[in-house]
Amino acid sequence: MCFDCAQHERIWNGNVMLKIENLHAEVDGKAILKGITLSINPGEIHAIMGPNGAGKSTTAYVLGGRPGYDVTEGSATFDGKDLFEMEPHERAAAGLFLGFQYPVEIPGVSNLQFLRTALNAQRKARGEAELSGGEFIKLARKEADALGLDPEMLKRPVNVGFSGGEKKRNEMVQMGIIAPKLAILDETDSGLDIDALKAVGHGINTIMRRPDRAVLLITHYQRLLDYVKPDFVHVLAAGRIVRTGGPELAHELEREGYGQITDELAA
Amino acid sequence: MSVRNEEALAAAEKLSTYEWGFTSDIEQEFAPKGLNEDTVRFISAKKGEPEWMLDWRLKAFRRWLTMTPPDWAKLNVPPIDYQDAYYYAAPKAKPKLGSLDEVDPEILRTYEKLGIPIAEQKLLAGVVEEADPDAPPQRKVAVDAVFDSVSVATTFREELKKAGVIFLSISEAIREYPELVKKWLGKVVPQHDNYFATLNSAVFSDGTFVYIPEGVRCPMELSTYFRINAENTGQFERTLIVADKGAYVSYLEGCTAPQRDENQLHAAVVELVALDDAEIKYSTVQNWYPGDAEGKGGIYNFVTKRALCQGRNSKVSWTQVETGSAITWKYPSCVLAGENSVGEFYSVAVTTNHQQADTGTKMIHLGKGSRSTIVSKGISAGQSNNTYRGLVKVGPTAEGVRNFTQCDSLLLGDKCGAHTVPYIEVRNPSAQIEHEATTSKISDDQLFYAMQRGLDAEESVALIVNGFAREVLQQLPMEFAVEAQKLLGISLEGSVG
Repeated sequence: MCFDCAQHERIWNGNVMLKIENLHAEVDGKAILKGITLSINPGEIHAIMGPNGAGKSTTAYVLGGRPGYDVTEGSATFDGKDLFEMEPHERAAAGLFLGFQYPVEIPGVSNLQFLRTALNAQRKARGEAELSGGEFIKLARKEADALGLDPEMLKRPVNVGFSGGEKKRNEMVQMGIIAPKLAILDETDSGLDIDALKAVGHGINTIMRRPDRAVLLITHYQRLLDYVKPDFVHVLAAGRIVRTGGPELAHELEREGYGQITDELAA
Repeated sequence: MSVRNEEALAAAEKLSTYEWGFTSDIEQEFAPKGLNEDTVRFISAKKGEPEWMLDWRLKAFRRWLTMTPPDWAKLNVPPIDYQDAYYYAAPKAKPKLGSLDEVDPEILRTYEKLGIPIAEQKLLAGVVEEADPDAPPQRKVAVDAVFDSVSVATTFREELKKAGVIFLSISEAIREYPELVKKWLGKVVPQHDNYFATLNSAVFSDGTFVYIPEGVRCPMELSTYFRINAENTGQFERTLIVADKGAYVSYLEGCTAPQRDENQLHAAVVELVALDDAEIKYSTVQNWYPGDAEGKGGIYNFVTKRALCQGRNSKVSWTQVETGSAITWKYPSCVLAGENSVGEFYSVAVTTNHQQADTGTKMIHLGKGSRSTIVSKGISAGQSNNTYRGLVKVGPTAEGVRNFTQCDSLLLGDKCGAHTVPYIEVRNPSAQIEHEATTSKISDDQLFYAMQRGLDAEESVALIVNGFAREVLQQLPMEFAVEAQKLLGISLEGSVG
């Protein structure tokens, strides 16, 4: 099966959600991404795997618009709009959600306050009515329940004093509340025990496995892919996608490691 | 002597970024420019004061002539020409305001622009709503509006009167309750306390007097909105609040001022007295003109605020949100004389551009078992300097005193300064004193995280800063807390990126 052909066919359908072409980016003047090309359609789950230092997190940050991650070449469109012309909060309002590898603490701001402010800012930017306090709390409780996060945690300051697993669950609750079109999840599985991993996997499936939504999973290990079955697996090495395949590619990498790929590149 | 200030109006049209920098077109009555004994006599006569009050003022004035301004604060204060200012300005005489309808509509518009909470706006507009038995009970706020130097409107006077609460402008109180005023005026902040307090004692123009009788819980929150309006008019407010035994009152003070090029001096004195089992909660949101981005103009806010917790189990709580003024010199303090008395100080001070703030508190523990809590949150941006200066003092006979102090500083950018200067003087070994201090910056991680969730840069900073200040903001009454949260965001606009 030719995945490139499958990709081409999808692109021709004119239904692409995220289209990245020849993306180059640098951090502190150092080139990290060296020509990434990737298309994601609605309804698809893509996984990017790769060794440490391959540029996985950089890809997530560049797409999210983090200051200091500078695009030097190439383009990316999101629903046909130039992604790099948008500020980070505009990308969020357009439907792009970034799940953080290390979710950030914001002391003194409760989860509820943070998410309500954020969600309403997004809704306002999209010309939608803002949610009232009551409506929002109902929504937040529903999402917390669905992910097995104690609703009391919603009252606590954002990520402050949360365990690693709680932080990642909290990211999923945020994703559920914000209900993005595209979720880019940066090593959401790192540091999770098996229960938390299951919960996160379940969260991704229930929230994002829909014909109008898509996921870009960035991960070092195959284990999350036991719970979230990707449609495509891409291997990122030294700033480029060096292989693309189906779910079986992840198993192959798990068995054989990244060594073979990096060796090939070195050769 | 009435002046219509064309120049001020022209200046008002050129207002740039200060949202509340407008000038009201109201006819003013000024005292002659300059400061001498005749100025003091003029003010006293204008207010129809009794002889004893004039004598009190003159005594203060003579003392002031021998004094020098304090220089120990970490502030750079340009010399002030006290002769180049007006010491009295009143909205043109309108003898006796029977109702709010008589208030100059221009003044009401001024308050509207200030964003006075809706409840108060209604009150100021004279809307009297019949109580709806099905409606949730509304919190009541009584407003004593100070426009420049004279109180123009006092609301809810009748209901307060029923409860026995006296809530008047201090000028009226001097005429109507001379014994009460005489008993307490200058007892907490003595005339000669400091340069600015002494000046205030000589030339104070108006202010507020509150007396809550024994056992009375004031049925509503009391509120005064200060506003400096006339060009070159120093404003010298005088506030005196006395809570008799077992009384309770919550008092709100909010301030904004229009934009001016010349610096304006504000030297207020606030005295609070709490007798046995009494409690006073005093909340301030201060939003005076801080000067422009180059540090030109702005208010000099040199204020003496002090509470005397005289009675057993008395309690005074100061909460302040300070975002305005070019220079702030202010230390709301508590003299904890009563046994088991309690003093609290919760402060958020924001400085941006070229603002300077040297603010904090003094907790003077004289009573056995007295306790105090200090929570100070300083936020510095631009090229500003923000200093916390606090004294915790324990007298030799004060057994079992406890104090907890927490000073947190948040920096935005790398050109501003945050300083913490705690003084601890303990003369009784049984005291337990704790002091914690932190300094932090808003991290790029926090900013990007908030922005990735949909907030723009300024909303993100406002959210993070509000979180930082939360412990203080939650001490404010609800109406004020909302206003203060917005103010923090507005104050820091333009300080990111």
